[in-house]
Amino acid sequence: MIARLKTLAAAAVLAAALGIGGGAGNAVAATGSAEIPSRDWSFDGVFGAFDRAALQRGFQVYQEVCASCHALSYVAYRHLDALGYNEAEIKAIAAAAEVEDGPNDEGEMFMRPGKPSDRFVSPFPNEQAARAANGGAYPPDLALIVKARANGANYAHALLVGYVDAPADVKIPDGMYYNASFPGHQIAMPQPLNADGVEYGDGTPASIAQQAEDVVTFLAWASEPEMEERKTAGVMVILFLLVFTGLLYASKRKIWADVH
Amino acid sequence: MAAKFDNAIVRWIDHRLPIFSFMHHELHEYPTPKNLSYWWNFGSLAGIALVIMIVTGITLAMHYTPHVDYAFDSVERIMRDVNYGWLIRYLHTNGGSFFFIVVYIHIFRGMYYGSYKAPRELLWMLGVVILLLMMATAFMGYVLPWGQMSFWGATVITNLFSAIPVVGQSIVTWLWGGFSVDNATLNRFYSLHYLLPFVIVGVVILHMVALHRFGSNNPLGVDVKSAKDQIPFHPYYTIKDAFGLGVFLIFFSAFVFFAPNYLGHPDNYIQANPLVTPAHIVPEWYFLPFYAVLRAVPDKLGGVLLMFGSIAVLFILPWLDRSPVRSGQFRPIFKIFFWIIVLDSVLLTYLGGKPAEGGYVIAARFATAYYFMHFLIILPALSIFETPKPLPKSISEPVIGGGGGFAGATAAPKENVR
Ligand code: HEC
Ligand code: HEM
Repeated sequence: MIARLKTLAAAAVLAAALGIGGGAGNAVAATGSAEIPSRDWSFDGVFGAFDRAALQRGFQVYQEVCASCHALSYVAYRHLDALGYNEAEIKAIAAAAEVEDGPNDEGEMFMRPGKPSDRFVSPFPNEQAARAANGGAYPPDLALIVKARANGANYAHALLVGYVDAPADVKIPDGMYYNASFPGHQIAMPQPLNADGVEYGDGTPASIAQQAEDVVTFLAWASEPEMEERKTAGVMVILFLLVFTGLLYASKRKIWADVH
Repeated sequence: MAAKFDNAIVRWIDHRLPIFSFMHHELHEYPTPKNLSYWWNFGSLAGIALVIMIVTGITLAMHYTPHVDYAFDSVERIMRDVNYGWLIRYLHTNGGSFFFIVVYIHIFRGMYYGSYKAPRELLWMLGVVILLLMMATAFMGYVLPWGQMSFWGATVITNLFSAIPVVGQSIVTWLWGGFSVDNATLNRFYSLHYLLPFVIVGVVILHMVALHRFGSNNPLGVDVKSAKDQIPFHPYYTIKDAFGLGVFLIFFSAFVFFAPNYLGHPDNYIQANPLVTPAHIVPEWYFLPFYAVLRAVPDKLGGVLLMFGSIAVLFILPWLDRSPVRSGQFRPIFKIFFWIIVLDSVLLTYLGGKPAEGGYVIAARFATAYYFMHFLIILPALSIFETPKPLPKSISEPVIGGGGGFAGATAAPKENVR
């Protein structure tokens, strides 16, 4: 019994070491930024899955608001089937984009309508052009943004709703904006969301918080498009392993029964 | 000593190439102490972790592009467009972490039960070589996805060599293959990252040869006295190791499927950018204790020396702890210090992940000093001053022998003669 307890204690120490080690990086990354409130997300937890309606609304927000500044370069139009769009809808979405292709037989580059296999067209041809259009600041590619920030979904939401009046003693230079959640509080992105800035097809009132929630759900999917498949597989794998390991334990007991 | 086989083809081959006899001898009848606890599962788990790393690694290599302009994109392609690419990559990424967890437990097990003592000194030292090779492999692997932490981690760690007097800077340039971490660096790291795991396999084989010479140590730390103390490896330990593997896979899968990035750093999902330094450069968690030692010393060269020293002391551990008693179970004072050094290592891990400022640095200095004190002062002193508890006569008769004689531990251990 005592030996058992000791083993447990030892395991706990090691688990703690692991937790500390793993958590440490994230804790470090968060220093210097404001307290980020935790929200409930449809995709949280072991059984979490993306809310399809929120994904589609979020995609609309991205297209109508963010896409003029931010690329989404790892996502292809065909990936949008995960949002619940059918083939015809995806073809139409892709065709609305102008894609540079070529060279053709004359050696010229040419523009053509997008195809489902194309990746999302970026708003700027390169980083320099993006900076030039944004007062020197670079709007990052959003395809990985939720994984590339500590506490990504909560942070992105807090950032989008974080445009408040600067405290009286804080001077914000021209072309910069005050944001309660951005590290350092000075951000080069003007407040992107406005109440009723988009009109949702499903009639959901488009408050700033609602749009933020939707677009962050969409961006979380863009960062981890495999998440639902991963979690479903994980549940099966763990269930299988529990049964299998139980059988192994029973066999072990049986085989060892004659060892004294 | 050829074993008997039913299958005629097997017999034909075995007569000419006794590979089946060899496997039968080393994996089937191989006599093993019957009292091994679950702490002895971690050796075979480490072997399986190595296999997982090699299999997933080779599969990743089929899709990965080692070039500064494409590496990051190729990893994202693996994640999104390769069938089950996310699974292969998350198995490899988390597999690295779990490999280290398993090996660290395996090492602490060896420290508690005195598994490094005669006649297993070389076995232990080969283990330390494996640890060093693993660290080199994991360090270079972490550079491959070419994220911000890949790039800056590589820059910081390779720069350490510049602390070497006179030739330091030239060595760094030579390591980089240029004047900064760049495409040449990425390519050589990829080449070596592919090579070193197979070098590890080679050293693991030597580790096994050394192990099978005298067989496993055991929780009592006394030598095997007679056949009564032993059981054949198969089926007893094959089934026990299989059960242990099942438990391991449950924990491993929980991370792979439900928290695949928990042990990673978000900055590594930002493509490497030599012009933007991350706010805090932190290595992977399994390097944090060594990183804490490195930064605890105000002098660069001193920090580097101490960091390598923290592994060097493990190398000479068999000669620092001279107590003839192996198992910590019979060493009342050693036992306490063992748990203190475990806690000290956990503390160093924690401090390595904190910024190198204020109280953290001071704490890291104390923890570092204690780490070396444990190996260089406490262990040698304990060998002299500690009175061990009386040892059992043998594994099958855990009756306490009178007069505190070190039955067995001092007597010449029985070889596994064949
Ligand atoms: C007018 C151009 C513009 C629009 C429209 C825009 N952004 Fe930005 N965004 C920027 C710029 C510029 C930055 C870089 C800010 C900086 O580094 O100071 C940025 C940065 C960000 C960041 C990163 C913050 C960080 O932690 O580094 C996120 C997340 C973000 N934007 C999300 C969005 C979302 C979501 C939308 C759509 C709702 C959006 N942006 C619309 C220009 C824009
Ligand atoms: C000792 C065994 C090994 C260890 C500890 C190890 C460790 C690592 C680590 C830590 C990474 C970074 C993962 C990430 O952050 O994404 C990595 C990446 C990689 N490794 Fe290994 N590795 C091992 C064996 C191998 C082998 C045998 C190969 C075969 C060629 C391989 C191929 C790769 C490739 C292609 C990558 C880049 C892809 C990626 O980053 O996901 N590895 N490795």
